[in-house]
Amino acid sequence: MFDEKVLEKIKGGKEKWDQGPVAKTLAKAPEQKPVFTTISGTPVERLYTPLDIAGLDYERDLGFPGQFPYTRGVQPTMYRGRYWTMRQYAGFGSAKDTNARYRYLLQQGQTGLSVAFQLPTQAGYDSDHPLSMGEVGKVGVAVDSIEDMKVLFDGIPLDKVTTSMTINAAATVLLGMYLALAEEQGVPWDKVGGTVQNDVLKEIICRGQYIYPPKPTMRLTVDLIEFCQKHVPRWNTISISGYHIRESGSTAAQEMAFTIADGIAYTQACIERGMDVDSFAPRLSFFFNAFTNVLEEVAKFRAARRYWAKIMKERFKAKDPRSMMLRYHVQTGGVTLTAQQPLNNIVRVALQTYATALGGAQSLHTNSYDEALCLPTQEAVTVALRTQQIVAEESGATDSIDPLAGCYYVEQMTNKIEQEIDDYIKKIDAMGGTLAAIEQGYIQKEIQNSAYRFQKEIESGERVYVGINKYTMEEPPPTNLLKVDMSVGDVEAAKLKKLRAERDQAKWKAALDKLRQVSQTDENVMPAVIEAVKAKATVGEICDVWRDIYGQYRPKEFV
Amino acid sequence: MAKKIKIIVAKPGLDGHDRGAKLLARIFAEEGMEVVYTGLRQTPEMIVAAAEQEDADVVGLSSLSGVHNYFFPKVVELLKSKGLNDVLVVGGGIIPIEDYDFLQKSGVKAIFGPGTPTMDIVSFIKSNVRAR
Repeated sequence: MFDEKVLEKIKGGKEKWDQGPVAKTLAKAPEQKPVFTTISGTPVERLYTPLDIAGLDYERDLGFPGQFPYTRGVQPTMYRGRYWTMRQYAGFGSAKDTNARYRYLLQQGQTGLSVAFQLPTQAGYDSDHPLSMGEVGKVGVAVDSIEDMKVLFDGIPLDKVTTSMTINAAATVLLGMYLALAEEQGVPWDKVGGTVQNDVLKEIICRGQYIYPPKPTMRLTVDLIEFCQKHVPRWNTISISGYHIRESGSTAAQEMAFTIADGIAYTQACIERGMDVDSFAPRLSFFFNAFTNVLEEVAKFRAARRYWAKIMKERFKAKDPRSMMLRYHVQTGGVTLTAQQPLNNIVRVALQTYATALGGAQSLHTNSYDEALCLPTQEAVTVALRTQQIVAEESGATDSIDPLAGCYYVEQMTNKIEQEIDDYIKKIDAMGGTLAAIEQGYIQKEIQNSAYRFQKEIESGERVYVGINKYTMEEPPPTNLLKVDMSVGDVEAAKLKKLRAERDQAKWKAALDKLRQVSQTDENVMPAVIEAVKAKATVGEICDVWRDIYGQYRPKEFV
Repeated sequence: MAKKIKIIVAKPGLDGHDRGAKLLARIFAEEGMEVVYTGLRQTPEMIVAAAEQEDADVVGLSSLSGVHNYFFPKVVELLKSKGLNDVLVVGGGIIPIEDYDFLQKSGVKAIFGPGTPTMDIVSFIKSNVRAR
């Protein structure tokens, strides 16, 4: 990008500056730290100049928004055309409680829904299962059957909103319910839009909501992708997630590398199913974290966009440009929030939102400042949503596309992170692919080592965390926290009892028998799942069919 | 020389947040303790069975999904019913301060919230563990 002669001159100038003013200043006063690093531990230089990106080729490495390699964004006009979707992850208590929160959020200008299911639903258990005790309605909404789903979306037309559902091992079941509900509302499936997370590999790596062993659970994932490609064309069939990898302690580059490794595994699995890459890849979506170091985060997003585009084009021979576009949702970093001086979290979330906007995301959830203490209150959620609106409409970050491009620091960091991603992908390939790397605990251990390093830095005071190891103060205990009523469990159990007694037993049994039969063949399970949910089979009953056939996953622990 | 402190680090319920539990397991080991990490999805029965089998001095419970008031007292109760009265039970995770009192009355000796220096946890355990 730079003329050789110009670079020579800059080099000379830099040397003089280093040996002159810098050396003189350092002799008088040392810098605050011997080494400066990002939150990921990457060293940061005093100054970046064209010398650090001397090899950068504008056309090859950056290009234009909406064009390969998509470094600068996946759409030609980005936020000048439309802001990212403001989508707050929400769910607690009963379907009725959560429906009220959804209506409130939509009224306040939120533009999409994002369902947080309770852990029993995510783990494929009904609310009255022994393992569900104490968990019902706690960190998400209780959904056991299509009846709950009806209440959850009461008054919300499914052709007018898009819905993201954080459901993985049980994704086929919950999507089945959503599609059955759309049918009931008279909305044709080609008008239904949204996302299921459906990313079972990262459940095994770090999130813990697995049900089945890797192979059969991947089969269900691919069944869903294949079914939607034929019948629900606007559905994002998977949200390949780095968010939880980062929450578990990874660095920014590891987040992107391991997510892309998972993406490669899913793409490979779909191709092995016999699908053409361009038939499903445009509907693969991603989900990342945003931490407080704005520049590193922006670089991370740009690097991943460029790397994924190349993987799809070069490794998988995609031809449709949409197959090469890394489209993603972001959630601000839950783990960055402190229980100490919780209002400080508003500032952290604002910076993370700014990083997300500068990085070019398609959708965002902002955390609420009280989330290190409890599920968010309505007041805290409102501030979080307003933070997005302020960044979108006041800060100017959305006026020009990829505004940090050409910044020496960000470009060199983008290159560096892309290089780190590539090193990991090569290593994982050499290990026999993503599943093998997970099986050997390689990915898990890499993440744990980063978490450990970070913790040590905080405890030694080497890395400042405001309110934790610096600027601490005595505070009164927080008040006004959201509490979920412990009686939700009993209410849900009673509802289930009634459902089981009142449904058409013959129809229910026939549907589950059919599902069992199909699940033992290579036939796609989705149609049988949809029939089963319509016959009022519960999440637990459907997941039990597969537990019988496929067995349950028990992880090896790598500590 | 005193016998090593033996600690069970456990994740009760369906919660998958295990960053803290795993990190502490590593740090306890570095601090000279013998550590057994149970992994996820433990029932109180499983945790207490592990404590009994391993002859553990300490049980550390981690929960970030709001189930502490249900699970933690159950673990203490079950330990008592097995005669393991002197096993030190501590907990941590996302636990509202207003629940601390209830948990401590139920026999959980200390609750460590987010941001607690790990060495505070180590020294609490070392000074409150039963004589070995």
